[in-house]
Amino acid sequence: MIQLIRQRTLASFLSLVGLIVLVFFLSRLTGDPTNLFLPIDATQEMKDQFRALHGYDDPILEQFGRYVWDVLHLDFGDSVRRARPAIGVVLEAFTWTLRLALITMTLVTISAIIVGSLAAFRAGGFFDRFASLLSLIGASAPDFWIAIVAIVIFAVTLGWVPTSGTGSVWHWILPVGVLFIRPFGLIVQVVRGSMITALSSAYVKTARAKGVKNTPIIFVHTLRNAMLPVITVMGDQAAALLNGAVIVETIFGFPGVGKLMIDSILQRDFNVVLAAIMVTAIAIFIMNLLIDMAYAALDPRIRY
Amino acid sequence: MAMSETLPTSEPVKTSEPGAVMRLAKMLTRDRFALVAAIFLVIVVLCALFGPALLGDAATAQNLRGRNAPPFAFERGWLFVLGADALGRPLLARIVVAAQNTMMVAAGAVVFSMTVGATLGLIAGYAGKTISQVIMRLADVIMSFPSLLLAVIVLYILPPSVTNLIIVLAITRIPVYLRTTRAEVLEIRERMFVQAAKVMGASHLRIIFRHILPVVAPTLITIATLDFAFVMLAESSLSFLGIGIQPPDITWGLMVSQGRPYLTSAWWLAFWPGLAIILTTLSLNLLSNWMRIALDPMQRWRLEGRTKSDKAGETSNG
Repeated sequence: MIQLIRQRTLASFLSLVGLIVLVFFLSRLTGDPTNLFLPIDATQEMKDQFRALHGYDDPILEQFGRYVWDVLHLDFGDSVRRARPAIGVVLEAFTWTLRLALITMTLVTISAIIVGSLAAFRAGGFFDRFASLLSLIGASAPDFWIAIVAIVIFAVTLGWVPTSGTGSVWHWILPVGVLFIRPFGLIVQVVRGSMITALSSAYVKTARAKGVKNTPIIFVHTLRNAMLPVITVMGDQAAALLNGAVIVETIFGFPGVGKLMIDSILQRDFNVVLAAIMVTAIAIFIMNLLIDMAYAALDPRIRY
Repeated sequence: MAMSETLPTSEPVKTSEPGAVMRLAKMLTRDRFALVAAIFLVIVVLCALFGPALLGDAATAQNLRGRNAPPFAFERGWLFVLGADALGRPLLARIVVAAQNTMMVAAGAVVFSMTVGATLGLIAGYAGKTISQVIMRLADVIMSFPSLLLAVIVLYILPPSVTNLIIVLAITRIPVYLRTTRAEVLEIRERMFVQAAKVMGASHLRIIFRHILPVVAPTLITIATLDFAFVMLAESSLSFLGIGIQPPDITWGLMVSQGRPYLTSAWWLAFWPGLAIILTTLSLNLLSNWMRIALDPMQRWRLEGRTKSDKAGETSNG
């Protein structure tokens, strides 16, 4: 286990460093934010002063060296736009995203396992076909389209929920609902496929021969064995949510990390982009470790 | 269904004669969903190929008196059956024309990422540990970053064009093919027929292309079908965010985005192109599900003439 953690930490750290280098240089290639922040009639003197203040006039390698040095001292720089430490801005947005992802994934997991197991149990039956078609549609639908159709129906026409923003419980319904659809569709299919395989295995036949009832067969015998591929897909989907559901957050004006990253890229707020990448990378790293531990917990044959 | 009675009469040994294409076509008629999906996809491909030549003029002809004309009104002609957009251009013609860019970006990205990914995967699976490690770490770096954001950053630096969009989308999808190919190669290279070929003195290239690749290919094609849908959604999202295809070029995603300001007054502007996206991705998913069975020798019987009870009887006898 310790070995695994050490290996993983090293690999993740290396890819994170690669990513930071890539983004640092790529984003600075587009120019600095001077012209975006100063008024259009700003004098050259003001521009020079702005550049000197934020260090954009130094050679790019020197900027990079300074950035690395600061990060090693846990100083992630200030957000140019907000004039606050970048890490604070990112963490604030990240807590929103984390809550959104947690709520969505909990709902998805519970409902997908129930629907997928029932579909697998009567494979080929009416419920199975209905669930399969529904999950296929869910996995095929573009989320931005679902989002705006949902806004027209539930927010504009029916007026049940607000169109965007945050504040009350009602504000969460549309974003969670839209984010729910695609992971749900995917995970139902995986649960169904892996349950069908598990249900046709020898130990289930033995259990049936002993006279075990259906409910314990599904929930005690097979589900645990069928969960491994499901957890893999769940991890992918949760990672996508942690990275920020860019589209959904943009459409619903949700102050999460995905929207923050897009906005910061467009505003050339480099420090915020880099801090956001680091925070989400660490979160995903922790989640992947948890998933590996879940594998080992579910299947004692797996050892690290 | 009457057809099915005649199928099993031909001897099983000779059924391989009619050729693989006929056999697949027969299996396709077994699965009604897959058949409908395949027909729909053929129509979309035809639209993509010939749409701009046939309807290109109609799709760009502005008519300010017909701004946001509602759908299902026939007095303007059949082209306006889905309504008109904010400049009075017929939506049906625009959807047909936009199919070309939508398909081209997705097809380009899938072919590019599959070629590169499969090649790297074959190398990583077949070559020694060091090369394999380097390639896999590279895949990890790509996978550790959200593909949409990577696309945003790159497209913000490079000018958004069809080619750049294809490259960006392809790069983010390479790991999928790479990992699948490598995993399969690792397993296949240990099998008896590969060992036998090696003992008989086959070269590495021959083993890879004649013995390993044909076994991996069905899986790759199935993934590519599914991935086509994924890439299409990704391109639509980018175009929707305004960093994908730029006007006057159009794709379905861009059309949804252009219709968004008129949501409350003219829902059809954003609704129809979104529906086109859904139907296409749904068809691809259905076809991919069918392919998973049709290309798998172990499961193929489900789609061939025999019923389940025949099969059950056979296995219990044998």
